[in-house]
Amino acid sequence: MAADEIAGLIRSGLPGAEVEITDLAGDGDHYAARVVWDGFRGKPRVAQHKAVYAALEGRMGGALHALQLTTAVPN
Amino acid sequence: MADPQSRIADIVQSHDVVLFMKGTPLFPQCGFSSRAVAILDHLGVQYDSVDVLQDMEIRSGIKQFSDWPTIPQLYVKGEFVGGSDIMMEMFEAGELHQLMQDAQVAPAN
Repeated sequence: MAADEIAGLIRSGLPGAEVEITDLAGDGDHYAARVVWDGFRGKPRVAQHKAVYAALEGRMGGALHALQLTTAVPN
Repeated sequence: MADPQSRIADIVQSHDVVLFMKGTPLFPQCGFSSRAVAILDHLGVQYDSVDVLQDMEIRSGIKQFSDWPTIPQLYVKGEFVGGSDIMMEMFEAGELHQLMQDAQVAPAN
């Protein structure tokens, strides 16, 4: 999957989210994503990560094997 | 044999700390599982692991069990804690150590 496609899916699932994708190995297969979104506020980490996975519409663990995910709320 | 969901429920209920992973702690078969093992080893807690590569029913069933799409998955006292990213975030914040203390998990031998 292309980095732009990952970022696009996350942004459309989590409107207003700040998304930063890093291609870890330069192979288009191992990514890190940092997602900052106001909607995470007050939610436990598991729920925050699940919201991102939901935005990826089932690709996580499938087409997208390696995505290292960090979530945060805006300052 | 019992259905996968009840087998998984049995496993998480009967172990204080259990990691569902690819491979074994000595020979992890995936970078994320390897990272999860390193964190648990660093915390110095006793834990069990289940190699999902040896059991296809558990490999697919565990994803439904906690509605979590990836492996590894850590459970403490029957509760789903998270995957390797959450483990790392919690470890760095000191929260994972606290959780193990609160759960009165035994130290590693």
